[in-house]
Amino acid sequence: MKQSNLKAWLYLLPAILFLGVFMVYPLIDVFIYSFEEGYNSASQTVFGVGWYNYSYVLHDPYFLRAVKNTLILVVITVPLSTGIALLISVGLNSIKPLKELYQTVFFLPYVTNTLAVGLVFMILFKKTAYTDGMVNLLINWFGGESVDFIDGPYWAKMFVMCFYTIWVVMPFKILILTSALASVDETYYNAARVDGTGKWRIFTRITLPMISPMIFYLVITGFIGAFKAYSDEVALFGTNLNAAGMNTIVGYVYDMLYGDSGGYPSYASAAALILFAIVLTITCVNLLVTRKGIRY
Amino acid sequence: MKVRLEHLTKRFPNRNKKIKTEVVAVSDFTFEIPDGKLIGLLGPSGCGKSTALNLICGLEKPTEGKVFFGDDDVTDLPPENRGVGLVFQNYALYPHLTVRQNILFPLQNLKGEARPTKAQMLEKATEAAKLVQIDELMDRKPSELSGGQQQRVAIARALVKMPKVLLLDEPLSNLDARLRIQTREEIRRIQRETGITTVFVTHDQEEAMSISDLIVVMKAGVVHQIGRPQDVYNKPNNLFVAKFLGTPPINVFEGKVRGGVLTIGEDAVLKLAGVDDRDVWVGIRPEGFLLQADGPLCCKLIGVEVMGRDVSVVASNSACTAETLRAIISSETQVDSAAHEVRFALRPRKVFLFDRGTEERIPYDVR
Repeated sequence: MKQSNLKAWLYLLPAILFLGVFMVYPLIDVFIYSFEEGYNSASQTVFGVGWYNYSYVLHDPYFLRAVKNTLILVVITVPLSTGIALLISVGLNSIKPLKELYQTVFFLPYVTNTLAVGLVFMILFKKTAYTDGMVNLLINWFGGESVDFIDGPYWAKMFVMCFYTIWVVMPFKILILTSALASVDETYYNAARVDGTGKWRIFTRITLPMISPMIFYLVITGFIGAFKAYSDEVALFGTNLNAAGMNTIVGYVYDMLYGDSGGYPSYASAAALILFAIVLTITCVNLLVTRKGIRY
Repeated sequence: MKVRLEHLTKRFPNRNKKIKTEVVAVSDFTFEIPDGKLIGLLGPSGCGKSTALNLICGLEKPTEGKVFFGDDDVTDLPPENRGVGLVFQNYALYPHLTVRQNILFPLQNLKGEARPTKAQMLEKATEAAKLVQIDELMDRKPSELSGGQQQRVAIARALVKMPKVLLLDEPLSNLDARLRIQTREEIRRIQRETGITTVFVTHDQEEAMSISDLIVVMKAGVVHQIGRPQDVYNKPNNLFVAKFLGTPPINVFEGKVRGGVLTIGEDAVLKLAGVDDRDVWVGIRPEGFLLQADGPLCCKLIGVEVMGRDVSVVASNSACTAETLRAIISSETQVDSAAHEVRFALRPRKVFLFDRGTEERIPYDVR
C-alpha cells in the first residue's frame, strides 16, 4: 500500500512540479500583488497592504467600460452561438448527401488563424478612403447608408465584435453537437415513431434532453471563453482597444501590464482577480443549473 | 385483431457498395396470425425475424408483399397509424423521464379528439402499470430499476394506448435465467388478460415453445414451419427445424433404408413401411432412446450424467454426425457407467428420416 502510494506520487511529480512552478505559484503571486499598494517592480518596494488596488480598478472608467463590453459580448454570443450551432447540427445530422463536405466547411474557421480571420473581417467591414467594404456595398445595394463598422458608432463596432465571436466559436460547437446528436440511440427515435410522436415533440422531449449534457458543457465553456475574450478584439480593432472603446477585461489587464499606460502589475492583478471571481460565480451558477437540468 | 402477411419480402442493398447483390432479410413470408393469439417468431440470429417484426410494425417498408390488419391494408401506413405497440430489445425507455412520464408519453402524443384529459391519461397509465405490477415504481427513473422492472415499464408503455397488435423484440434476452422464466409467464398472463394479438421474436426455442400458441420457425429469411409448438416438435418439416427445436438437441445419424429396414452404421434399428431404398439422415430425439440389453443400436459409452429427474447418457457412434450423442432416460433405469458400450432400442415416434439432399422429412410407417 505504502509502496504503491509512493509510486503514484512519483508519477505525479513532473506534472505537480510544472503546475506548481508555472501555475500555482504565479496565482498566489497575483493574489499577493493585488493587495500590495504602490508596488514598484524596479525597486521591489511597497507602500502598504490593503484594498486600494481593487478600489482603483473598480472606479476606473476604462475598466467599467471593459466590463460592460465583456458582459454584452457574453450575453449575446453564448446563447446565439449555441442556438445557431444546434440548428446547423440538427440540419447536418438529418441530411445524407455531402454531409462530410458540409461538416468540413463548417469546421474551417476553427483551423484558421484568428488574425487571418480578423483581416478578412476588416476587408468585409472596414471603411477606407477607397472603398466602404463589402458589407457596406450590400447595405448600399438595399438603399441603406454606409456605416463605419470599425471606427464608427459603438453599436456597429459591438455588432462586428459579436458577429465575429459567434462565427469563430461556431465550428467547435457544431463539431461537439453533431457528434452528440449522432450518438443518440436510434431506438429512441423508433420508439417515438411507433408512439406517433410529432417531429417537434421528438426534438424537445427526446433529442434535447439526450444531448443536454453536451449543451450545458458548451454553455459553460462558452461563458468562460467569452469572458476571456481579447485576441479577437485586437484582430478587429488593433492594439489600442481603449481608444476604440472596445476593450475587454482581459484587454484591460494586458494594458495595465504592458500597454501605453501600463506598468501597474498591482492594478492588473486586482482586475484579473475580479475577472476570476466573476467567471467562478457564473460557472458555479451554471453547474447548479446543470445539476438540476440533467438527472438520469 | 387478425394480422395477415402476404408474400412479404424485404431486401436490403448490400452494405459493401461494390457488391451489387441485395441481402434478402425476409423472403416471401405468407402467414395469418389469428386474433388474440401469442405468436413466437423463432430462428437463429440474423434470420430476419426482427425485420419481419419491423415490417409488421411499420418501421420498415416491405420490398414486396402486403400487410393486413383485419381487412385493412396497412402496408403503406406509418407505424403511428397502425395502432401497434412495440417493446424493443433494449426497452428504449427514455432515461430522463420517470416511469410515469414514460408510460404517459404515447398518450401525450395523441391529438384532437383522441387526446384524453390529463386525469384520464393518468388513470390509463396507472391501469397499465397495475397490469404489469409496477404501480409502486411510478416516480423512479429507468436507471433506478432492475432489468425485469424496466422490461415491465416497456410493456406498460406499449400497452397504454391499447394497441391492436403488440410486438415484442427479443423481450427476454437481457434478463437472467431465473427472471426469464418468470417474465415469460408474465407475458403470457398479460397477453391472456388483454387478449391483444401478440407477436414476439426470440432465438431461444424453449422460450418460444413454452408460451406461444403458434410458433414460426425461420432461417435465412425463409419460413420453414408454422404450427403449434408441440406439433412442430413432433413433426418437424425438415432437418433444420428438427435440429433447432429441443434441448438437448436432436441426434443426427447417417443411415440407409434397404428393403424396408433402417440401418445406422451396421445396426438394423427399425423396420419401416412406405419408404423406398435410399440414403437418409436419421434424427433421433434424446428421449427416443430406450436402454435395452439386446437393443439393436450399439454405441460406445462415454459417460453418464445424473440430473435428478432423469439421466443423460453420453455415447458415441461412428455414424453420428456429431462427436457425441446424448440420450435422456428415466433415472429409475440403472446404467453401468463402467461398461464400454450401451445398446439402445428406439421409440419410432421420436425417430425422423430426412432426405439427404433436400433435408425434407420423409414420412414412414412402422412395420
